[in-house]
Amino acid sequence: MSKTIIKVENLSKRYRIGLQEKKADTFAQQLWNNFKAPVENFKRIKSLGKFQEENESVHWALRDVSFEVKQGEVLGIIGKNGAGKSTLLKILSKITEPTSGRIEMNGRVAALLEVGTGFHPELTGRENIYMNGTILGMTKKEIDHKLDEIIDFSGVEKYIDTPVKFYSSGMRVRLGFSVAAHLEPEILIIDEVLAVGDAEFQKKCLGKMKDVSQNEGRTILFVSHDMNAVYKLTSKSMLLDQGKISAIGTTEDIIRKYRTEVTQIQNQYFNPDQSNGVTFIEVITSTGTGIHEFGKPLKINLKAKFTSDFKNVALAFQFIDEFGHSVINPLVTQDKINWVNNGIGEIKLIIPYPRFILGKYSMTVHMGDKAGKQHIQTLENACSFEVAMDHLHSDYGWNRSAAFYLESHIWETENLKYESVY
Amino acid sequence: MNKTIIEPSKGWKVIDFEELWRYKDLLYFLTVRGIKARYAQSILGIGWAIIQPLFTTLVFTVVFGGLAKVDSDGMPYILFSYLALWPWNYFSGTLNESANSLVANAGMITKVYFPRLILPLAAIFSKLLDFIISFVVLLVLLIYFKVVPGLGIIFLPLLLIQLLMTSLGIGMILSAMAVQYRDVKYALTFIVQLLLYGAPVVYSTTAVPEQWQFLYSLNPMVGVIEGIRAMFLSRPMPWDWIWPGAFIGVILFVFGLFYFRKMEKVFADVA
Repeated sequence: MSKTIIKVENLSKRYRIGLQEKKADTFAQQLWNNFKAPVENFKRIKSLGKFQEENESVHWALRDVSFEVKQGEVLGIIGKNGAGKSTLLKILSKITEPTSGRIEMNGRVAALLEVGTGFHPELTGRENIYMNGTILGMTKKEIDHKLDEIIDFSGVEKYIDTPVKFYSSGMRVRLGFSVAAHLEPEILIIDEVLAVGDAEFQKKCLGKMKDVSQNEGRTILFVSHDMNAVYKLTSKSMLLDQGKISAIGTTEDIIRKYRTEVTQIQNQYFNPDQSNGVTFIEVITSTGTGIHEFGKPLKINLKAKFTSDFKNVALAFQFIDEFGHSVINPLVTQDKINWVNNGIGEIKLIIPYPRFILGKYSMTVHMGDKAGKQHIQTLENACSFEVAMDHLHSDYGWNRSAAFYLESHIWETENLKYESVY
Repeated sequence: MNKTIIEPSKGWKVIDFEELWRYKDLLYFLTVRGIKARYAQSILGIGWAIIQPLFTTLVFTVVFGGLAKVDSDGMPYILFSYLALWPWNYFSGTLNESANSLVANAGMITKVYFPRLILPLAAIFSKLLDFIISFVVLLVLLIYFKVVPGLGIIFLPLLLIQLLMTSLGIGMILSAMAVQYRDVKYALTFIVQLLLYGAPVVYSTTAVPEQWQFLYSLNPMVGVIEGIRAMFLSRPMPWDWIWPGAFIGVILFVFGLFYFRKMEKVFADVA
């Protein structure tokens, strides 16, 4: 049993957000407002850090958050914008004070909320390594010791004595990241910094971070919007919603929960009052919550009710992506389907190997009378589901805009043969 | 193993000097950064540290010494005003620089933790280079006018401490205020100009009416300037001018330390 390294108890933080100014109705009122503006401004600015009275200008960024992190654990923190992730990290890294509550941390803490903090454009790369390193809490001696390694990792050896203002933004990020990657705290706090920099360098950094957490038992708190990165780096995660912890668990479960909350998926259609048409549709995804893991069978269940027996029903399922494209040819019933049980019946569609790439899809259902060639009903966007690919490995990351779907395929060579993961 | 406890702080607290010491390397690099950045990509570079006070002195000499015929206690006006401008420029320079130090580095304050006091400290230390260079110019002037400093020179370190404490004290107060009230920045520019006339830079203390002299001496810069003039010109040390200001200087410094610490916790939220 490893010991608790971070203990957070009932942590809360409130901010005062600016109140809207009172609008003037008349010209005279406006003049008077301008006249007393300094007094009003003073009151407003002074109150920014004070909270005598509760009113609508007070915002709780965090409320009663408690959790523990064990040594060597890598905890992912996810949540929508404004859920309190950054506020939590800012309190943990001592940038701002909590309003109430308590944190106990056993070990040296380093926080990486930005790459290259303190970089000055007029200083050279080498000077900025010292600048940034000491800001992050290293001593000059420690940096002296690791300087060659840092320069080597950054890949900008050639320009290390050039002022940073002549660097490309990519080079600056690389340099900043190299410094950060060589921090040796017991607790490392990282916020969204992987979003910058090119894919290859990101991979290098992720690898480096994974190494240190596994081999050196370092505790890491990791915030990111990149679910793929969270999935790769962490095994345990925490979901924040409106300043409160909404769930803690395995990263897989938490990401699934997060996706469901964020994308407002409606994987069921229900209309029991319908007496002559579709009453129920459900997209049965691999997770059961509307999130479908790529590569697993997808099922769709449809129930319909007619006033009497109804022969020769035609059905078509159309799949539409977020951009309005119908991504595959509508799936149409070919054989005769007869609703014989007094017009009540149920039909199931199974797609054994769906190849929809990650993203949100909605389904439109068309129903017709095959014999009479008559249109009966069209349900636009009846249901929706989302395809997730966080569990699939990709050397280059998954990109929504890269394609409409993934094809299964096989690579063949003279003496090698292997099947693709798709 | 290090143990960190994070809790909301209440009331007035003493600055954590131990922590400040741990970050001494950061103070060093920020000071160097301040110096390098100030004179980067300029042709004269550090030469500006000589030109600025020298030209001001020349202008004062022409306007106040030559045209207005201000009494300079019987010494060459150029030396008279340079002896005052030497500490005064350091004082006004550090005031401007330290007051803006937190606002100018808001990006750092909101992204990483370090003792915030490092920022105004670095501003004050980086100005020391200019101070030393203009001291060299002073030496040249002393040699030119064949002036030999008196025994009072042994008190120079004391006066420099008074100068540093005053600058740092006001710097801490102003920088902490400037984070919340940006008015400080605009007000400071002309207030520093006005303050110049509240200290004996262009005129002599003999011009101050007797009944106002005690009030006047409460300005710590009065004692610093009078003391420096006296020691370089072999006059008896004007302790009556120095003590009240020294007292105020210490109060400013101590109050500054506490005020800064008290305001520190809201910096990241309002910067």
